[in-house]
Amino acid sequence: MIRPNEDPLKHPISDHHHGHDFGERLVLHRHSIVHHLEPQVKILAMFLFIIVCVATPIHFWQAFVVYGLLVLGTILIAQLPLNVVARRSLIELPFVFFAIMMPIFGSGERVEVLGVSLSRLGIESGASILVKGTFGVLCAVCLSATTPAREILRGLERLRLPNLLVQIVSFMIRYVNVVSDEMARMKIARLSRGFEAQGVRSWRFLANVAGALFIRSYERGERVYLAMLSRGYSGKLPDTGHGSAGIRQWAQGLLLPVLALLVLAMTNIWMSR
Amino acid sequence: MSEAALLVESLAYEYPDGNLALHDVSLRIERGERVALLGPNGSGKTTLVKHLNGILAGNSGSVSVDGVRVDLQNKDSLRRIRSSVGVVFQDPDDQLFMPTVREDVAFGPFNMGARGEELDLVVKDALERVGMWELRDRPPHHLSFGQRRRVAVATVLSMSPKILVLDEPSSNLDPASRRELADILRGLDITLLMVTHDLPYALELCERSLVLAGGHVVADSRTREILRDTDLLSRHRLELPLGFRVD
Amino acid sequence: MHIPDGFIDAPTSAIFGAASVAGVAVSLRGARKQLDERAAPLAGLVAVFIFAVQMINFPVGAGTSGHLMGGALAMVLVGPHAAVLAVTVVLIVQALMFADGGLSALGLNVFNLALVGVWSAYVLYGLLRLILPKVRSSVVVGSFVAALVSVPVAAVGFVGQYAIGGSEVFGLGAVFSAMFGTHVLIGIGEAFITALTVSSLLSSRQDLVFGWKAPLRSPVEV
Ligand SMILES: Nc1ncnc2c1ncn2[C@@H]1O[C@H](COP(=O)(O)OP(=O)(O)OP(=O)(O)O)[C@@H](O)[C@H]1O
Ligand SMILES: [Mg+2]
Repeated sequence: MIRPNEDPLKHPISDHHHGHDFGERLVLHRHSIVHHLEPQVKILAMFLFIIVCVATPIHFWQAFVVYGLLVLGTILIAQLPLNVVARRSLIELPFVFFAIMMPIFGSGERVEVLGVSLSRLGIESGASILVKGTFGVLCAVCLSATTPAREILRGLERLRLPNLLVQIVSFMIRYVNVVSDEMARMKIARLSRGFEAQGVRSWRFLANVAGALFIRSYERGERVYLAMLSRGYSGKLPDTGHGSAGIRQWAQGLLLPVLALLVLAMTNIWMSR
Repeated sequence: MSEAALLVESLAYEYPDGNLALHDVSLRIERGERVALLGPNGSGKTTLVKHLNGILAGNSGSVSVDGVRVDLQNKDSLRRIRSSVGVVFQDPDDQLFMPTVREDVAFGPFNMGARGEELDLVVKDALERVGMWELRDRPPHHLSFGQRRRVAVATVLSMSPKILVLDEPSSNLDPASRRELADILRGLDITLLMVTHDLPYALELCERSLVLAGGHVVADSRTREILRDTDLLSRHRLELPLGFRVD
Repeated sequence: MHIPDGFIDAPTSAIFGAASVAGVAVSLRGARKQLDERAAPLAGLVAVFIFAVQMINFPVGAGTSGHLMGGALAMVLVGPHAAVLAVTVVLIVQALMFADGGLSALGLNVFNLALVGVWSAYVLYGLLRLILPKVRSSVVVGSFVAALVSVPVAAVGFVGQYAIGGSEVFGLGAVFSAMFGTHVLIGIGEAFITALTVSSLLSSRQDLVFGWKAPLRSPVEV
């Protein structure tokens, strides 16, 4: 619920220019192993890697160095430009602030670092939040930059997300184009009349925008839904007949979390000696 | 007397916001007829179309397809009616929602139970008829408006409906596509109801025309006669293109 | 309050993950019963809308701005079960595609925003509807209060998670007052926008408002 201050109307969804599918705009098309992996492999690999990462105590710093190299390696293999990855990671900024505050204002034993008195616990916790959060964000950026929204949806479906949720995601992806088109039109109308969101006075206005947006998208969505009913829709989207990932794909994808797990185990043995 | 393909009796409909769009509409279309539905903007044409396959239900009156009454409570008959009345909506963006053209066209036949090779054949045939087979793997929203309209027609053709209802099919089509669509429609052995503002198109395709105005049917006669009746036309804001003459 | 990875420890994340799975399962059953095959398009649309509404930011000071949560609004529009599913889907999409909220923290976020946010709004709204007269403006008042209270309540969910599995660097009192204070402010914004949106919907499409005409009606009357 807290995000860095930004133009309320500037967001991936409203940057939508016609003819680009939702989530497709996030994709940087390359021919890499990461791009070609089946989505369910990527999602599961990412999830497991993050779990390993989150479960690692922060004083296993050697492990985090290796995790960092693994993430960086994945980004490089996927041929993603680092500046784009960095820009998309800005979403975690509020928590970076939070992490920076921890050593400064934290309680408990204090240590001198470069002449500044800092909380030891604060340094550890701040670092933990910063490092784990960053890795998580980088993984998600990597996923969305190499996988179109539709594919992510398929991945979720094959990972056995309940059918109703899959359908909701699918309708959401479908309707997002509708809403963003409406938003784009309304934004043009708004900007051409010199509107700028400013503080409390714009709330009333923004509520009207929200209300109008809802009705407009609802009615558009309703019409799409009616068209689906007209063509015999009964709650099941057609299975478009796609293959599943082979052992090779799983091996390639799961290399990431498996390596991380190995590193964790080795660090654990090494630290306890 | 045999059952009418489409029978509408004293239909009235008010939108949830209180807008009374249809007052008292009655009409009868026989099997194999091709009928044009004319009328100014806001006269209720699209609203009427939505009643024909059970998307909206009138506040009073009735709609019957092949003698079967459209009843929103009866899911079974509704399903059958929806597969026999194919509607091409005014805005193709309302009609196309799947990620690719091919999947979109397959949506209807799939729901009707077609699978595998049979499904592929139906899809191919429908797309070839509208000349869109080459674009089968493109996402519909990346197509031009006219191309989307053709795909929308294909989505309905693929279900081989008995009655085809088109809401302004020729709008935004270039002259060649407009003519090609007319050829397709003429080649179908089907009952046709076509909403249009394009009077020459109505004349070309439909023997008979209805004029809807203010939620009433104000004229029902041979297209040629309606287009000759300059009084009727001007009363209902209908205009022939400059220089067009009906003889 | 989209919690990132590593903010709350792994065991706590796992526990709340399990709780969220259970809560979402309840809503899956509830929504199926309530809406059968129309559940998905409706909830999908609400999900998009929450997604869009969450982009409306308003400044709350110190270089940050709050954004709406949309849980109460979703509840009033489509009922609690569909609302839980819609918010959950939004969180899944945000975590996977926008790196907003950690994947390992998904359970935590679903718990706060979908379960606590929606159900607290539902309970409050239900109580108010019992007390208030059966007129349209009661729906508006009800959604105002439901939104106003559900936001800080969801923030308390966060504080609870922090207490169980967060770091001990900051005292709970400090975290509580910071979170609570901020979210009271956000709640006010949310309340206004929810109430205004609901009232604008009531005036043009009252058939779309679950809170006015329960049981739920679909976008079409089929
Ligand atoms: N969803 C809606 N809610 C409320 N009123 C509506 C809705 N759709 C249409 N109307 C109103 O119902 C009336 C008939 O509209 P309809 O769309 O049927 O007209 P139409 O004859 O198809 O017009 P056009 O030639 O412009 O397509 C109009 O007055 C219109 O404003
Ligand atoms: Mg129309």
